[in-house]
Amino acid sequence: MAQRIDVKDLNIYYGDFLAVEGVSMTIDPRSVTAFIGPSGCGKSTFLRTLNRMHEVIPGARVDGSVELEGVDLYGDDVDPVAVRRTVGMVFQRPNPFPTMSIRDNVLAGVKLNNKRISKSDADDLVESSLRGANLWNEVKDRLEKPGSGLSGGQQQRLCIARAIAVKPQVVLMDEPCSALDPISTLAIEDLIQELKKDYTIVIVTHNMQQAARVSDRTAFFNIAGTGKPGRLIEMNDTATIFSSPAEKATEDYVSGRFG
Amino acid sequence: MSATSPTAATTTETAERTRALLTAADPGRRRADRAMTVLIYGAFALAVVPLVSLLWTVVLRGAERFDADFLLTSMRGVFGGMDMGGAYHAAVGTLMITLTATVISVPIGLLVAIYLVEYGRGALARATTFFVDVMTGIPSIVAGLFAFALFSIFLGPGAKLGIIAAVALSVLMIPVVVRSCEEMLKLVPNELREASYALGVPKWLTIVRVVLRTSVAGITTGVLLAVARVIGETAPILITAGVSDSINFNPFDGRMMTLPVYIFSQYRQGPVPCQEGALDCLVDINFDRAWAAALLLIVIVMLLNLIGRLVTRWFSPKLR
Repeated sequence: MAQRIDVKDLNIYYGDFLAVEGVSMTIDPRSVTAFIGPSGCGKSTFLRTLNRMHEVIPGARVDGSVELEGVDLYGDDVDPVAVRRTVGMVFQRPNPFPTMSIRDNVLAGVKLNNKRISKSDADDLVESSLRGANLWNEVKDRLEKPGSGLSGGQQQRLCIARAIAVKPQVVLMDEPCSALDPISTLAIEDLIQELKKDYTIVIVTHNMQQAARVSDRTAFFNIAGTGKPGRLIEMNDTATIFSSPAEKATEDYVSGRFG
Repeated sequence: MSATSPTAATTTETAERTRALLTAADPGRRRADRAMTVLIYGAFALAVVPLVSLLWTVVLRGAERFDADFLLTSMRGVFGGMDMGGAYHAAVGTLMITLTATVISVPIGLLVAIYLVEYGRGALARATTFFVDVMTGIPSIVAGLFAFALFSIFLGPGAKLGIIAAVALSVLMIPVVVRSCEEMLKLVPNELREASYALGVPKWLTIVRVVLRTSVAGITTGVLLAVARVIGETAPILITAGVSDSINFNPFDGRMMTLPVYIFSQYRQGPVPCQEGALDCLVDINFDRAWAAALLLIVIVMLLNLIGRLVTRWFSPKLR
């Protein structure tokens, strides 16, 4: 049950500092949307506003609106905790909980919320989530072992299993492969193709080949200079962005002339 | 053949030159290295000598009276140079008062640490940190007088109870607990908090189930350090819980003896003036009891540390 996201005139501030300015975009359900752009251009910051994770940083705030199926995520009666349950997130570095087993890591979203779940339901959820993350066959015999004993790529897939176990509508990925080797990266990219059948996927990446490989639509962010706000330069079908972008800056970036 | 030999000669020559380059160490650096090694080992030995000497003396002198009888009897009805009496009541008092102080200080200290690390911003947090630092420097006797004066308001002057001593010790313990818990909570990687938030877990549950769970080993160590800091306090307990010869398990009723106060009062009594030819009169009995009680105190602290290590081992994150 993927859902669409509409962003309108979004400005993001850290205190008085305007970090990202005037972003409007539509993210389609059951598709992969990639954000590319040079470091510091605000793509990760923008990604975090899609599930209100940027609020963890003191002084961060936004104006404008982010609507999930027409409901403003920043409305007065919206609970940020519920937003994060609906819009899941996978981080740059794999971060399984070090005190938990593989099984408990998958169930973390349930267990940390003190929800009760029957043994058989829990087993089903663990298996379906790990299968969904293409990890089941590798870990089915060691579910009680600590999650931090897995390889980096396996840990990242464990984090994806953990994110989809809370049954979100949208999965945000913040450079999910930047700490992984090419083989693990391939595994995650294959997984993204599987996941887009059921979820709306938004991925931030520094790797333009990756954006070209996995995404349906690509958004290019850029920054005019240090201290200036980041902006959305162009957003279009991935094929168009990489073959005939409308903006000169996009063309320069995707062809490797800067960045 | 003739073409290869000059090449071979060059190779050996190059190898020699490289070897000379790689093996020639700066003699000055080598000397400095040796001098520093000697200095550091010397400093280590200097630091360890008093510790070993202290342990040796306490074990040697304490072992004389350290038996089941000493551990299981009080000083009730024991006087003069009688070959009896023990420190059971003092051990009970030490454990009860320290336990009560821990029960008071750990929740307060831990909550303050959580506030400082997870919520505290601005003036209130800075003020809290400042006053915690100030509290760290309070002399123990002042803490004792504070607790004594506080309870005098409610119970009248001269009240001596275990709970008053526990409050005095809490004043000393809380800043230590806050400081060590604060450091431990800061060590929890922010990534884990974010991972938890991203799963739709509220902040308070993240703190309870992720932050505290991840740092429980360090917090235990911190609490035990704080306990070790106060378990040997003498002056504040002498003022607030007084001196007693009988067993008392209830910190809310009557005076309580503790091991440090027991050691102090035994030692103060000095040698017993035995009559000439008295058979059951030991001249040095008070000193022997003091040393045995000192040994008992060290054993208790060591046991606490051992328990702390086990807790750390059970709860710390494992890799496989």
